[in-house]
Amino acid sequence: MEGMSTIVKRVTPLLAGLIFLYGIYIILHGHLTPGGGFAGGAIIAGAFILLILAFGSSALNLKKEVAGSSNTESIALLMVVVLALMALLFGTKVFFFNYLPKGEPGELLSAGVIPLYNIFIGIEVAGAILTIFLALVIFKEESSK
Amino acid sequence: MDALIPLFVAIPLISAFLIVILGKLVKGFHRFLAPLTLLVLLILAVYEFTGLGKISITYAMGGWTSEGGVPVGIYLVLDGFSVLMLCIINLIGLIALFYSLSYITKYTAESNYFALFCLIIAGMNGVVLSGDLFNLFVFLEVSVISSYALVAFGVGKTELEASFKYQVLGGLASMLILLAIGLIYWKTKTLNIADVRNVLDAGYSKPFYLFVQVLLIAGFGLKAAIIPFHAWLPDAHSSAPSPISAMLSGVLIKAVGIYVLIRLFFNMFVFSYEIALVLTSLGAISMVVGSLLAIKQWDLKRLLAYSSISQVGYVVMAFGMGILLLLRGNNEAAAVLAIGGAIYHMINHAVFKGLLFLNAGAIEHRLNTRNLKEMGGLSKAMPVTSTTSFMASMSISGIPPFNGFFSKLIIVIAAINGRFYLLATLAVVVSIITLAYFLKFQRFAFFNKSTGKALDKIKEVPFAMSFSMIFLAVLCLALSLLALPSVRDSILSPAIDVLMQSDLYFTSTLGL
Repeated sequence: MEGMSTIVKRVTPLLAGLIFLYGIYIILHGHLTPGGGFAGGAIIAGAFILLILAFGSSALNLKKEVAGSSNTESIALLMVVVLALMALLFGTKVFFFNYLPKGEPGELLSAGVIPLYNIFIGIEVAGAILTIFLALVIFKEESSK
Repeated sequence: MDALIPLFVAIPLISAFLIVILGKLVKGFHRFLAPLTLLVLLILAVYEFTGLGKISITYAMGGWTSEGGVPVGIYLVLDGFSVLMLCIINLIGLIALFYSLSYITKYTAESNYFALFCLIIAGMNGVVLSGDLFNLFVFLEVSVISSYALVAFGVGKTELEASFKYQVLGGLASMLILLAIGLIYWKTKTLNIADVRNVLDAGYSKPFYLFVQVLLIAGFGLKAAIIPFHAWLPDAHSSAPSPISAMLSGVLIKAVGIYVLIRLFFNMFVFSYEIALVLTSLGAISMVVGSLLAIKQWDLKRLLAYSSISQVGYVVMAFGMGILLLLRGNNEAAAVLAIGGAIYHMINHAVFKGLLFLNAGAIEHRLNTRNLKEMGGLSKAMPVTSTTSFMASMSISGIPPFNGFFSKLIIVIAAINGRFYLLATLAVVVSIITLAYFLKFQRFAFFNKSTGKALDKIKEVPFAMSFSMIFLAVLCLALSLLALPSVRDSILSPAIDVLMQSDLYFTSTLGL
């Protein structure tokens, strides 16, 4: 697939950066405001998808991208399970126990492990959505050959 | 011992993700890790089983226990019934996985296969352990979505069509289940299974809950493939790779279908005559129609798939009879027999249907066909496959001394004791029809004259495959021991008790 016109190619990088930052904001404030790992991850994936649509898939090595995004996704999921399992070692030794200090409610650094879960879930969702999108692109390329 | 319960979900999840990451880098990593995972899980399940006895353990995730008698967190509940299911799931899973080591070599993307296999196990373990309705739904989706992918694993035309059909009907089922869970949450303000029972005991409006129960029967009936909801099963189970067919037919339709249905109807809802009647008649219908549909099949795996519908009918019918007898209240011994027979038949069916699908896989592996008309004379060329499949066929048709005979006998005795003479007759007649179509399978596959294919070129299957088949065949014989009273008391009775004393579940779970 070829990319779109020069105007689009100029504007999307500016937009994508903002969208990416907004996704990070949603993820990091997941324990304070509406949203969280899933919503933020979807927004981050949106930033990548926008760039791919603007510049076209010919600018990418698709197979390599898919391997990368699916590996990122698996590592993030693994980290979530490991974080949950680490709770078996601390405190009351219960699966999914919140073992980090809770802090002040309303502060950015509070709520113990929950921000960490949010971050990894955000990476996971972004990776998964990007993988699905790239798989669809690869399917389109291969079927049009 | 308590701390081990979440590991049933966590271990297969970890190995699934590790396989995805490292499977492509380290050669043979997945072939080593996946069987090891299942072995560890099986040892854990057996360990819990021996230590559990008649008590039940409640595990509050994240340390969120009850607040003023109302549970706030997600509970995992391990009791006699769920630990038995855990043992079956992980045992059949281990055997099917060991068989896959040889079988899967003809497919590409091996590491994905093993990762999905671990996910399916994680989902089923979660469904069986969960004490929370929504958590149960999530684990159910984990296991069925991985099974959609595994059914389509061959990526041929028929596989994709079967998987699509399975996905559409499975999605419909999930929607019905989610709607029912939403309705329950709306009325009772809680999702904890034990707590819902607690709320219902204080009084409820019957028509509303009848509607919810009908939704659940339709939803889980679709997952369990009881007759009016069975359309996806013959396609899906026959197109999947054979070890996966063994998993789907042997364990998945029981863990996410029948187990949940029974758990909810015995331990969550208050019994009602109408629902018990619906369950019994649906079970009887699928028993009869499933076997009649199986007779004229020439595709071996389709024949086995239809026979699954028929055998699942036995289990559902016996559970329905158990509820009817408990409602009648004057014949508790027959109710114990019916419920015990149903659980026993469920275990047996997992073993012999798993074995039959592995046999079908072995034949397909060597002959590349599933059509019975193209087989013949295989008993000399493939002695292990022939012998084990003969044992499984006799077992499923209820010939003594194999396990199927005893479980069917118990169900028939329960039906006669409870004066369900029509159902008892049907159960015997269907057993004879089952014998008919399994003799057809035996004759056309193993004892007929060969149909032109060069027999001398056909060899017995590799070690991993034949060992798995022999192991399950021995199990077919060994499980007959469960009919002995002393063995039954230690293995089946805890599970029967959980279902018989339906208030026990919520009192022990909520710690009342």
